[in-house]
Amino acid sequence: MYPIIAVDELVPRVRLYRIHAPRVAQKAAAGQFVILRVDEKGERIPLTIADWDAAEGSVSVVFMEVGTTTTKLARLGVGDSIADFVGPLGNPTEVENFGTVCLMAGGFATATIMPIARAMKAAGNYIITIVGARNKDLLFWQDRLAEVSDELIISTDDGSAGRKGVVTEPIKEKLERGDKIDRVIAIGPSIMMKFSALTTQPYGVKTIVSMNPIMIDGTGMCGCCRVSVAGQTRFACVDGPEFDAHAIDWDSFMSRQRTYIDEEKRSLELCRCPEGPG
Amino acid sequence: MAKLDLNRVGMPKQSADQRRLNFDEVALGYSAEEALQEASRCIDCKARNCVVGCPVAIEIPDFIRSLKNNDLPEAARILKRTNALPGVCGRVCPQESQCEAVCTLAKKGAPVAIGRLERYIADWELGQSAKTAPGELRAPTGKRVAVIGAGPAGLTAAAELARLGHEVTVFESLHVAGGVLMYGIPEFRLPKSIVQSEVDYVKSLGVNIELNAVIGKTLTIDELLAGGFQAVFLGTGAGLPLFLNIEGENAPGVYSANEFLSRVNLMKAWRFPEYDTPLKVGTEVVVIGGGNVAMDAARSAVRLGAHVTVVYRRSREEMPARIEEVENAEEEGIDFLYLTNPVSFQINEHKWVNGMTCQKMELGEPDASGRRRPVPVAGSEFNLPVDMAIIALGTRPNPLIARATPDLEFAGKGNVIADEQTGLTRKQAVWAGGDIVTGAATVISAMGAGKAAAADIDRYLAGLE
Ligand SMILES: Cc1cc2nc3c(=O)[nH]c(=O)nc-3n(C[C@H](O)[C@H](O)[C@H](O)COP(=O)(O)OP(=O)(O)OC[C@H]3O[C@@H](n4cnc5c(N)ncnc54)[C@H](O)[C@@H]3O)c2cc1C
Ligand SMILES: Cc1cc2nc3c(=O)[nH]c(=O)nc-3n(C[C@H](O)[C@H](O)[C@H](O)COP(=O)(O)OP(=O)(O)OC[C@H]3O[C@@H](n4cnc5c(N)ncnc54)[C@H](O)[C@@H]3O)c2cc1C
Ligand code: SF4
Ligand code: FES
Repeated sequence: MYPIIAVDELVPRVRLYRIHAPRVAQKAAAGQFVILRVDEKGERIPLTIADWDAAEGSVSVVFMEVGTTTTKLARLGVGDSIADFVGPLGNPTEVENFGTVCLMAGGFATATIMPIARAMKAAGNYIITIVGARNKDLLFWQDRLAEVSDELIISTDDGSAGRKGVVTEPIKEKLERGDKIDRVIAIGPSIMMKFSALTTQPYGVKTIVSMNPIMIDGTGMCGCCRVSVAGQTRFACVDGPEFDAHAIDWDSFMSRQRTYIDEEKRSLELCRCPEGPG
Repeated sequence: MAKLDLNRVGMPKQSADQRRLNFDEVALGYSAEEALQEASRCIDCKARNCVVGCPVAIEIPDFIRSLKNNDLPEAARILKRTNALPGVCGRVCPQESQCEAVCTLAKKGAPVAIGRLERYIADWELGQSAKTAPGELRAPTGKRVAVIGAGPAGLTAAAELARLGHEVTVFESLHVAGGVLMYGIPEFRLPKSIVQSEVDYVKSLGVNIELNAVIGKTLTIDELLAGGFQAVFLGTGAGLPLFLNIEGENAPGVYSANEFLSRVNLMKAWRFPEYDTPLKVGTEVVVIGGGNVAMDAARSAVRLGAHVTVVYRRSREEMPARIEEVENAEEEGIDFLYLTNPVSFQINEHKWVNGMTCQKMELGEPDASGRRRPVPVAGSEFNLPVDMAIIALGTRPNPLIARATPDLEFAGKGNVIADEQTGLTRKQAVWAGGDIVTGAATVISAMGAGKAAAADIDRYLAGLE
């Protein structure tokens, strides 16, 4: 069992859990993920490693409450334990001194992008971070991001904080203006990653995205995490999760992600219902 | 010598109509009378062909003799002396091509039903409150061995090494031990409670099993060796599914057999929404392939309410699946399209798979596998309406170990190179066995490899210091 040692509600429905998992903490690197299972009847779900502390033996994950598993998870508190927690899985982000790195995050991915920002900064890059959210109440960790970013740009859909608009606009302006950007890393909802890819493609800026397909084992056994990259089938869990955004077949990816929409709804209704199994 | 009895005692089974509707075990097992009657057919011959035919050399005539004498504890002890997982082997071993194929009575067409007797003994033992003592355990040697992967190869190696007095830790990436026995082979062929009882038996020998530990990620082989383990046995299997690489294959509704079977078996999606893992089941399901994996996927889909067609590119004779399981599948109403190969999938307006274009094949000259090569028949394309496809084309080792262990040597398809007799790899203090060495094979061959490696590891450890 893996005890939860700290809980932090970052914004409504987005929580950070620090979980005791010494072996994962020993090995974690930016860009990797874990797979967890809340209880005996639970589903295995992947979550990105948002932080880790090898000395304390802890790993932090940030998750958004969207369906059954994340709802079950959100009901737990400090002192509770989860059944399974395995990792670190996936390949670490490729970190080197590229020059100028632009990090783009949407939604809960603000947390995900932190370790990458730190590592990229440590490697000597100039860091531009662009964070997008629907409104100002969904923003968090701006202070932490500001510490590791040379430029921090906030955009909200309704203009309640930062610029009004979507995350792709600031980078588009920079590229149009001819600013030098050597690498882009975009993490967030698929649609945001897809549009980030479309924005940078005409400028030929290498763009990396962290794919979030449905997974089971995370070790290359089930094949459900497959992503079509440059016409080839790759497994996000062992070949990714980061891939070249310009080579991905986004439409096929996004339709695969929707495979279980009906079942997820049913399951969530049961889970939310007070006399349900949750 | 008594007159040969050429009538094998039949195995009672759930009727096809009934079993199509449940995940309970199909074959019900012998009663005590049936087991005795079948055991009495064994003529305890001098040749002991059956033992030679068994990859782990179970002392078959001896356990059958004890059974005949009604000494079930002794029969169980004899079985477990060479086989830590008799309840598994009695159910899924291809006896018809191993021990039973060479049984003296096989010449007359009716070999002793060795597998069914093995299962009978194993099940009898599981029903006993006091389990058979594992036989002689050697005094602790103080040596530590790491076993990677808790499939049949790893569990067997671990059990053997523990009996030899070594301190064994098994590292398993999933949240349960058992490997394919848990995530691949369905409940109706191999109840998961049987697998877990046998895992418990292995633990009772003193083996420590650490779940949720992915070697190559959570820890590496070199870290295990540096961290106090004197030897490593690698039994991580060949789990990575192969695909056809044809148009539409990544559409939703197209599953690998491993995904489909893992959802059903490992995650119990057949009990969704009581269990959280969802599963889609179509009404027209097509399964591509002709091995045990294809049969298991097809028969699982039937139980989930689908009409199922198996598409196989050669003919029935060439199918690698066990005959018994093909017959079971046929009885359960599964259709077979032989000499047929998929060329593309079509999708509907929701991007969901809704058709598969196939091509007829004919058999040409034999290929490297010795089987006649299927060749496409020009202009023979036709369409099958499907709303779910399951691809069961075979598997390869996953790349995790290879990427994290640069000094281990691998063959072209990702299999570890290891000595055939001993399992010794080209890396110091590392042995390997089972599907990771041979590619997808059988439970018993994986167990045989685990056993052989354990013996060699024991020799190696004895020579240390
Ligand atoms: C490598 C990776 C890293 C991820 N990191 C994070 C993270 O740091 N924080 C976070 O909140 N989420 C992350 N996700 C997504 C997270 O796994 C899903 O939100 C979660 O599985 C939803 O489970 P649920 O039962 O609560 O919701 P469900 O009811 O199962 O699903 C709701 C929606 O979430 C998506 N989803 C469902 N199952 C999965 C799955 N197994 N993998 C991915 N998406 C799924 C689908 O689009 C679905 O419609 C990551 C996914 C991957 C593959
Ligand atoms: C659906 C199906 C049906 C089958 N039917 C039959 C049958 O009827 N009869 C028969 O004899 N054979 C059958 N087989 C084949 C048989 O199951 C395999 O040959 C056998 O399980 C191989 O054993 P193994 O120990 O080598 O590997 P596996 O059983 O694959 O076990 C390997 C274990 O290692 C774990 N692992 C993998 N990578 C790592 C890692 N990096 N770190 C830690 N752990 C890891 C896996 O999770 C797994 O638990 C079938 C196979 C399938 C898929
Ligand atoms: S070969 Fe057949 S008859 Fe002879 S001992 Fe073995 S099981 Fe009995
Ligand atoms: S999650 Fe199963 S293969 Fe990637």
